[in-house]
Amino acid sequence: MMVMGPWREGMSKVAALAVGGALRGFARLVTGVRGRSVGQRSLPGPVIYFANHASHGDFVLIWTVLSPALRGQTRPVAGADYWGEGRLRPWLAANVFNALLIERGKLDRSSDPTAPVLAALDAGQSVIIFPEGTRNQTEMSLLPFKSGLYRLAAARPEIPLVPVWIENIARVMPKGEFLPIPLLCSVTFGPALRLQSGELRPAFLMRAAACVRALSPREAE
Amino acid sequence: MGDRWTVVRYWTLASIILLVTKSLSGDGGVIALFGLVSLQALREFLTLTHTRRADHWALLAAFFVVLPFQYVLIAVEWYGMSSIMIPVYAFLGLPIVSALRRDTTRFMERVAEVQWGLMTCVYCVSYLPALLTLEIDGFAGQGLWLLLFLGLAVQGAEIAHGFAKPFLPKEGHGDDRIAEFAFVTLAGAVIGLLAAGLTPFDLLSAAGFGGAAATLGLAGSLVMEAVRRDRGVEDWRRGAVSDRHATGLLDRIERLVFATPVFFHLVRFWWTV
Repeated sequence: MMVMGPWREGMSKVAALAVGGALRGFARLVTGVRGRSVGQRSLPGPVIYFANHASHGDFVLIWTVLSPALRGQTRPVAGADYWGEGRLRPWLAANVFNALLIERGKLDRSSDPTAPVLAALDAGQSVIIFPEGTRNQTEMSLLPFKSGLYRLAAARPEIPLVPVWIENIARVMPKGEFLPIPLLCSVTFGPALRLQSGELRPAFLMRAAACVRALSPREAE
Repeated sequence: MGDRWTVVRYWTLASIILLVTKSLSGDGGVIALFGLVSLQALREFLTLTHTRRADHWALLAAFFVVLPFQYVLIAVEWYGMSSIMIPVYAFLGLPIVSALRRDTTRFMERVAEVQWGLMTCVYCVSYLPALLTLEIDGFAGQGLWLLLFLGLAVQGAEIAHGFAKPFLPKEGHGDDRIAEFAFVTLAGAVIGLLAAGLTPFDLLSAAGFGGAAATLGLAGSLVMEAVRRDRGVEDWRRGAVSDRHATGLLDRIERLVFATPVFFHLVRFWWTV
């Protein structure tokens, strides 16, 4: 095993690159996804992307439209309960998406779920988070945001928060379905916002949600 | 101006692709190519609709069963079935699939949207390669020229219409629609006359077919524009992208959508053996 170690590691890296490329190609083929920015095109240093969440395909789309340089330093934050299950998902999460897995639901004060995210930001990495906390199955455009986004913004007020709207993925791949419909999707990056001094949690979360919602093409109708 | 040259460039390129496909892989290749055109058009169309989760299986069937099956029917030249499969069987079958899921919210609207998408993007578009299968005396295997003739008449009349706009009555003034239709019909007829050499038609038929195709092209573009406006977009692709440059494939072919089946039937009725 000692001899096989580096070789297997190399093979795993090659496999991760191939699977990543194949996933991005598949996402582009099925959804024709295009990214667009209405804010600044790229920001120096780490960024917190926060997006609407309707499908497991969400962060794959964001991850697909990011430039290779940005993609390499961006880590999706995902639920350990889903991505830690079985053999394939943890491998994908660790090697392909470079995801940060956090425990959801267990409000166990001993392990603060924002701690690994803050550590990644401090290491110069960007993160993708879904402040709704779970996939939105309702008629509303967004579920109320959970407080994690506020806690990150309060802990690292200098880091820009970039709102992201993912359009149509819920129709391509609704929860519980396994075959996608090839409808067109888009990912819109909005202008960055920051926590204002003295801004309280509910007001900030409302403002952040409004910034995401404002990027929806349906909102413009 | 820029726009018009884009249209000319687009159709020149499309014609070259068609000719190359035809020479490399024959009618089958051309039919498959239009299958892909339908696929892209249908996804642009259905992206703008309000289908719900309960329509998932109906939409899967529309994309992956109805669409390929229609093109198989074109390829095997089963005209009796290809002309009714979508308007009879798909229209009856897909609402059944949606209804099985018990979600009746906006049911009528959802069903109608999927049906209209299939009608325009699959059924009508499939008549384009079907032109290759018409059996005309002394014109065997040359159906591609009918397709190019149709494209010239419809798109040429559109371009001429663009140039003539300053001289036609302004929108909302008296007989502006009548003048518009009269001009486009005439332009189509003239182009038909000039392009008669591509086809087996005599001059009178060529002018008549060209005029009819151009008229239907204009009428079809009015309908498709109404659908787009209803959905609050200027271009088909914009629904998903909301970008400045979001011209979709459906924007390019929407004039052919209405013209093609009528042109097909006119030729089939008067010129096939």
